[in-house]
Amino acid sequence: MTVAAGPPALEPWLRARRAGGSKLLVPYLMGAMTEDWVEALQAVAAAGADAVEVGIPFSDPMMDGPVIQEASVRALDRGATPHQVIDDVAASGVQVPVAVMTYYNIVFRAGHRRMAQSLSAAGIGAAIVPDLPLEELGPWAEAADAASVATVLLVAPSTPAARVERICARARGFVYAVARMGVTGERESLGSETAEVVGRIRAATDAPVCVGVGVSTPSQARAACEIADGVVVGSALVRRLLEGGGPEAAGEFVGRLREALDEG
Amino acid sequence: MGPPGADGRFGEFGGRFVPESLVPACQELERAFSDAWADPEYRAKLDAILRDYGGRPTPVTECFRLSERLGVRVLLKREDLVHAGSHKLNNVVGQALLTQRMGKRRMVAETGAGQHGVAAATAAALLGLECTVYMGELDTERQELNVFRMELLGAQVRPVRSGSRTLKDAVNEALRDWVATVGHTHYCLGSVMGPHPFPYMVRELQRVVGDEARAQCRVLLDGRDPDVVVACVGGGSNAAGTFAGFVETAARLVGVEAAGGAAATNGIPGVLHGMRSLLLQDEAGQILEAESISAGLDYPGIGPEHASLGASGRAAYESATDDEVLAAFQLMAETEGILPALEPAHAIAWVVREAGRSVPEGSSVLVTLSGRGDKDVAQVRDLLATGRPPR
Repeated sequence: MTVAAGPPALEPWLRARRAGGSKLLVPYLMGAMTEDWVEALQAVAAAGADAVEVGIPFSDPMMDGPVIQEASVRALDRGATPHQVIDDVAASGVQVPVAVMTYYNIVFRAGHRRMAQSLSAAGIGAAIVPDLPLEELGPWAEAADAASVATVLLVAPSTPAARVERICARARGFVYAVARMGVTGERESLGSETAEVVGRIRAATDAPVCVGVGVSTPSQARAACEIADGVVVGSALVRRLLEGGGPEAAGEFVGRLREALDEG
Repeated sequence: MGPPGADGRFGEFGGRFVPESLVPACQELERAFSDAWADPEYRAKLDAILRDYGGRPTPVTECFRLSERLGVRVLLKREDLVHAGSHKLNNVVGQALLTQRMGKRRMVAETGAGQHGVAAATAAALLGLECTVYMGELDTERQELNVFRMELLGAQVRPVRSGSRTLKDAVNEALRDWVATVGHTHYCLGSVMGPHPFPYMVRELQRVVGDEARAQCRVLLDGRDPDVVVACVGGGSNAAGTFAGFVETAARLVGVEAAGGAAATNGIPGVLHGMRSLLLQDEAGQILEAESISAGLDYPGIGPEHASLGASGRAAYESATDDEVLAAFQLMAETEGILPALEPAHAIAWVVREAGRSVPEGSSVLVTLSGRGDKDVAQVRDLLATGRPPR
């Protein structure tokens, strides 16, 4: 495969979008979860995503709720490998930045340098590894930095202020504000702790802040963007794909999210 | 066996690989345990409960008929006689007291065979805590009576339908619960696994097994230590507690895994459930499903300190097949009048196989009998009825 120009680097791109007055929309879908997942990725990008988070399936996704778990199972049952998901992203021609999201054992098994280099070679400029906290980050972050792969870090409602500062200092791309204590999945409302988490991040950095975990509807996305720069929307989109909605339904849903953010 | 390094490492293994949401809770637990463990009042309370409620110290029983049969002197550390039927009580009472000390009111636990779940439910009932136990659906079927037992003790049992529907999936689900409830809930992990400080804390809470056994063996063996010390290993808590008492002696330490879940032998370094250890996994890093007749050993990993003891050569890790285990179960029943749980039957099976081979005739062997076999009787009946194993 060849990447002619490739998508822009994540953080400068998101900063520029923010400076232009846009709220940031980062949909998540699981790599290889359906036969036509690449078309879904393209549809999502075309419907107004500022970046797309692509899951590399792992057998034991302990940070994820039932919907993403099911998507992981389906992807693995289809024989998905990290390698194949990365190749598919490269071949997709998607021109917005892509961040992969996976668990640390996938990275560890591949080798830090090898994983960072294959992401970079595929034009994937960012990675989220939720079970790799600050204290264990060193070897991966070093390899990722060397390959120009931005490591997005999470800040949780339970993270004390001093620790938020250290995390923000090491975060690249954007800072992922975890909206609530809990695993991924659709919720009735935005977490009550969201504003406080975002506030603590704001006090520590001027990097873009996106809220995720439980953001499921256009109105929740809009509410989150009143305090943050953007949102990550995963389970609500993945559920539509699991239900057989295909690229069309995915694009339609992301389009509605986009509209809600642009109206906001 | 001392404390791990500051980063929770035993050699290259261990650590704390958890989502950011759980990092503060692990840090809080580390401080709480370290304070409690140094606090004579906490220790006295724990010792009193284990003595007056749990029945400690447990005896070491010499197996005269089995020894004659095998040509080696077999001693059993009788954790099957602890209240609730296994060594698991040692750990859960310590963690339940810690839960109270941290001002939390609820515990979640994972369980495989149900022994840890029953123990956690027991300790929760004793101390007035809420308790939720996650158990793989496959295990709830294999261990129906233990499910009912936990419910009788006031615990809520939640069957886990994801993944292989066994122990590893129950751990995932318990962690997911904990992320959402960490403000008022303690995760009462059942083995020497998971993120720091769990492997260290659970080993310390289990070292009473090894400390008692060493003193008892010295009486029985005229001041000597046993030549070989054997325990079964799933995550490895009874083995860690046993080895802690003997690691400074000259005894040969052997951990016995289920052949279908032999992570120490067939595992590859990786990260699961918050720890770096040896794991059964494929080339891409997907965790494989362990398979054994013993739900308690159906785990694709091993505690990080065991991985480290194996790497340094201080302990050796071997395995026993399902057939060997069933035969050992029957042999123990017929020669000693003891029904062992299927988990420690692995340790016995190894002794039966190795007696007169790698364990020379006349050697003394201490086996930790980590739990009683009542929970396994129905399953053993079914297995024997289908023609297994060849005796």
